[in-house]
Amino acid sequence: MRVAHVTATIGTEPAITTVSNLDALESESIFVFREVAAEFERPVILFSGGKDSIVMLHLARKAFAPAGVPFTLLHVDTGHNFPEVLAYRDETVAALGLRLEVASVEDYLADGRLRERSDGTRNPLQTVPLLDAINGHKFDAVFGGGRRDEERARAKERIFSLRDEFGQWDPRNQRPELWSLYNGKHRPGEHVRVFPLSNWTELDVWNYISREEIPLPSIYYAHERDVFERDGMLLAVGPYSQPRDGEEVGRRVVRYRTVGDMSCTGAVASTAASPAEVVVEVAASELTERGATRADDRVSEAAMEDRKREGYF
Amino acid sequence: MSTLLRLATAGSVDDGKSTLVGRLLHDCKAILADQIAHVKTVSEARGGDFDFALLTDGLRAEREQGITIDVAYRYFATDKRSFILADCPGHVQYTRNTVTGASTADVVIILVDARHGVLEQTRRHLAVAGLLRVPHVVLAVNKIDLVGYDEAVFKGIAKDVAQLADQLGIADVQAVPVSALVGDNVVERSAATSWYDGPTLLEYLENASGRTDVSGQPLRFPVQYVIRPQTDDEYRDYRGYTGTVASGTVSVGDQVVVLPAGRRTSIAGIDRPVVGATATAVAERPSAVAGEAVTVRLADDIDVARGSVIVAADASPGTRRELSATVCWLSDRPLTVGARLLIKHTTTTAQAIVTRIDGALDLDTLGVIDAAGLDLNDIGKVQLKIAAPLAADPYARNTITGSFLLIDAHDGWTLAAGMIDEAEGEPL
Repeated sequence: MRVAHVTATIGTEPAITTVSNLDALESESIFVFREVAAEFERPVILFSGGKDSIVMLHLARKAFAPAGVPFTLLHVDTGHNFPEVLAYRDETVAALGLRLEVASVEDYLADGRLRERSDGTRNPLQTVPLLDAINGHKFDAVFGGGRRDEERARAKERIFSLRDEFGQWDPRNQRPELWSLYNGKHRPGEHVRVFPLSNWTELDVWNYISREEIPLPSIYYAHERDVFERDGMLLAVGPYSQPRDGEEVGRRVVRYRTVGDMSCTGAVASTAASPAEVVVEVAASELTERGATRADDRVSEAAMEDRKREGYF
Repeated sequence: MSTLLRLATAGSVDDGKSTLVGRLLHDCKAILADQIAHVKTVSEARGGDFDFALLTDGLRAEREQGITIDVAYRYFATDKRSFILADCPGHVQYTRNTVTGASTADVVIILVDARHGVLEQTRRHLAVAGLLRVPHVVLAVNKIDLVGYDEAVFKGIAKDVAQLADQLGIADVQAVPVSALVGDNVVERSAATSWYDGPTLLEYLENASGRTDVSGQPLRFPVQYVIRPQTDDEYRDYRGYTGTVASGTVSVGDQVVVLPAGRRTSIAGIDRPVVGATATAVAERPSAVAGEAVTVRLADDIDVARGSVIVAADASPGTRRELSATVCWLSDRPLTVGARLLIKHTTTTAQAIVTRIDGALDLDTLGVIDAAGLDLNDIGKVQLKIAAPLAADPYARNTITGSFLLIDAHDGWTLAAGMIDEAEGEPL
């Protein structure tokens, strides 16, 4: 859901979150990082090289400056990633001197612990490698860049969200979360998912990227790409997504609103080439971020909830 | 005035909260095309009209049962301001989620079905809003179309609620006659209620003042985490105390006391992070106000750690090991005298023993009645003995240093929301 209600008047600037709102959101997120650093033994940041995890890392750096980020990073790699995004991930990790763990879906497919789905999408396959990595490294707090405005099941998330020893989320039995008193108590084997961007919207994220001049992978900005249309989405022609009969390939100027599994993440037609231009475009969009770009959320009425219950982020 | 307003909804089952929220979002054009298409598809598959509740009820069980089970957070904006809305469940079993939503709210919207008037849940929600000191309450008298837009019905309910609010110490209640289903007085003014000259729900929300500005109150700065880079560069000897200013303003040179030790010192520096592509550093700033997450440095090398609270030297709350408090009991495990629990208060977590239960709130009379224990959804007065000294204020004066959680030490479950009463007994 977008935050800005845009007036129909042509030529006026769309309503854009004020700086004071961004400062309030930034302070709230920094508070959350510091609580986790103080109260948990082994926190980890889920880092995909997508814009939300990039903003999350930027905020984590602010929370502990001038010291470094006291957390490890974890990427659950589907093997279907955009090469620009993987390059960004590796450059960032090297430049900041961080430690990155990679849980690879490809490894699980190779040795038979997971099997490829008939629809070819690998997003749901991330759950098992993620939970194995959490258990293996004994991570007790797992930061995710999920935002409540993304999706109706995510709108139900607490900022500190307990997962049982199987990694399961029980949305009917969540702990009350009062004031800014976050309760991170958990038993051995349980862990807490922490969402420091809970109260940010897509537009807030882009305003912040613009204000802070945070670099992003190039696919977030307009570029030419061979795409074909499926279910109203523009999918990239690539090793993991090929047109079927009747799906025409065309060269279009596009950008991505989300990054993820290339087989089910759609591009949008766009000429926005800078954060400021993206802000204007997002404010005026008639589609939500996930509605415009994620095929896997359309599988059923509660696709995200079902995945999250099993331990997906 | 802040441009951001935090709202929470409350009301009994079937009062139409989800429909009202769906209507509010829809009429503010905060629902995008794909979300509308989704609701249309699901509504049609069920053989019904466009169901506004499906815009917000996101869980399988909620859709199956047609009730809201847990808080959903929604974000929307008009030309005037932006909103964070906590859409809370009405079922008595989920009152803890209403407390969750209301604890950070500037405005609580309490729904009443015009056909049924004030119910026990209405009283409970008003009591929660009063205890949490939510600045504004809106009474949405919903389904006004189903009572023929009868002014007398509206006025009767508004009067009942005004009396209750008075008893509960809630200063500001605005009653609005609405029909969430039809859209009367939610965003658009209704022609059917010509007798009503107050604001529509949205007009009220756009103009309500936000939370009280606490930057003029005495400084309270709970320390979250100590930063010591211990690098070879210019920050070798850096020692900064991070936290969010809970109230007041902190400025370089201010005289402060660090509690619980009671050591006096002054603010040597306030730092703001500067994050570049590869480097992190800090820049100095002269002051910071309530709500800002900052790092402070102190003039003297004294013992400061997580759990310390830096306070204004001339307005220290002192510390206490005994608290008198009002608690909302949020668990189905009953509370009894002698229970050993954990208390989380600002950045301190300590053991606590319940030494006395002074009574529970009777929702019928709004008086306090004797109680041997507290059960799920009870609101009661208790005395606590704490294993560590707390730098606490009464909740009425400071919602951050005046609030706490009670936690089950065994499994970590959050049992109660606590609000410290005006000081009874001597601070230690």
